[in-house]
Amino acid sequence: MTNVLEVKNLSLSFRMYDGAFSRRTVRVISNLNVTAREGEVIAVAGSSGSGKSLLAHAILGILPKNASLDGEMAWFGRPLTANLQKRLRGRELALVPQSVTHLDPLIRVGKQISRDKATVARLFDRYHLEAGVARLFPHELSGGMTRRVMISAALAGEPKLVIADEPTPGLSPHLAEHAMKHFREIADSGAAVMLITHDLSLAIRFADRVAVFYAGTTVETAAAADFADTALLRHPYSKALWAAMPQNGFTPTAGAQPYAGDLPEGCLYAPRCGLRSAECAEAPPSRALRGGEVSCFHAS
Amino acid sequence: MLLEARDIVFGYERGKAVLDGVSLSVEAGGRVALVGPSGCGKSTLARILAGYLKPRSGEALIDGSPLPKRGFCPVQLIYQHPEKALNPRWKLGRALAEAWRPDDRFLEAMGVEKAWLDRYPAELSGGELQRFCVTRALGPETRFVIADEISSMLDVITQAQIWEALLDVAEKRGLGLLAVTHDAELARRVCSRTVRLGDG
Repeated sequence: MTNVLEVKNLSLSFRMYDGAFSRRTVRVISNLNVTAREGEVIAVAGSSGSGKSLLAHAILGILPKNASLDGEMAWFGRPLTANLQKRLRGRELALVPQSVTHLDPLIRVGKQISRDKATVARLFDRYHLEAGVARLFPHELSGGMTRRVMISAALAGEPKLVIADEPTPGLSPHLAEHAMKHFREIADSGAAVMLITHDLSLAIRFADRVAVFYAGTTVETAAAADFADTALLRHPYSKALWAAMPQNGFTPTAGAQPYAGDLPEGCLYAPRCGLRSAECAEAPPSRALRGGEVSCFHAS
Repeated sequence: MLLEARDIVFGYERGKAVLDGVSLSVEAGGRVALVGPSGCGKSTLARILAGYLKPRSGEALIDGSPLPKRGFCPVQLIYQHPEKALNPRWKLGRALAEAWRPDDRFLEAMGVEKAWLDRYPAELSGGELQRFCVTRALGPETRFVIADEISSMLDVITQAQIWEALLDVAEKRGLGLLAVTHDAELARRVCSRTVRLGDG
């Protein structure tokens, strides 16, 4: 399988003003690794507000000016530079945003999808939208229609990678399943799909692989099937997630994710980890393990 | 004690009823899951039972009498989005004191740090705020808790932490619980019986 996008050791910080004269740097993503492959849905799963959306913005090159990025991003093996991002964006590299507010409220939806009427007609047909919908304004759409319109807009440029940012909150399980089936189809037709979500159960059901996101880093990348049994998982945090799921133990692990700006040195999970030892004062590098990837000295 | 919805009819538009003759009851110490498709009126019923909305006809009753019109309501509603349930210009300490004054031990048991009380809602994470909102709803006069998708925006660990704390208090005090949820696994874990609204 070809790697469409490869993100290696990505770190992201924001420069912020602390009062009038002092500046400080707040790190929100550290040493993040993730790969999107052709024909695959990769889920990036982590709790709300932990900086997952910023990953999408970093890949698309739409971060605010006070952001500074470190690490490597490659597009089909070539460095993903600002110029390349600009060329790909909205064409081969597409975002399905989280909410309706990303549509222009003053432009009819047909025009926002594509200027080419044949493309609009083809996408509407695929997503069971009536032709008349093209003439509506965003506020006239129902929630489910909005989602299909946003997917259509992302697919108009025949993308190689579709990034979906929290596509399901507020949808009933039935509609969420529908949305996920659309993403599955996109992957099955050959593109790569990166699904950014807080909903671990949904990720497990519809993705091929799951990257577990914690405090701004990926602690483990596992096959979705590995979540069937805690013994198949690699990182202590993934195992803690598994144990807390209602269908497993519903057993919580104590503690909370650290804030950006207040991150511990070394392994970010160490303060909550039962396996913590002296070496965890260093940040563990990402390594291959049992067909997945893990950032932990103790995983075996 | 018994919390009852009796033949509730409610609609937001003239001529259309979201709830059309709905009845259900939760007994003290009972744990009931309320499930159904989007838009079938689960949250509306939750708001009627907590006294925030008046039904067109039918009644919300606690031990056979209507909910009190003033003072602390024995039926407390906890929302899905804690940031929308709190005044953004009030520090959490003030928002808590408005409801009741838990002692330090209770705060600790709920996992609420005292330092939060001196902060504004925007300074805390969603999980922390929800923990705070659950704590605020558990005053000594609370008899029933309605939890409207309180953990659907949270990661599974925070979800399990919050439910563990809430169920512990509910069990000790014999509170009744009505949990609105999409998650069948969660309902199975938290509730002992399920009420279905709409065609779901």
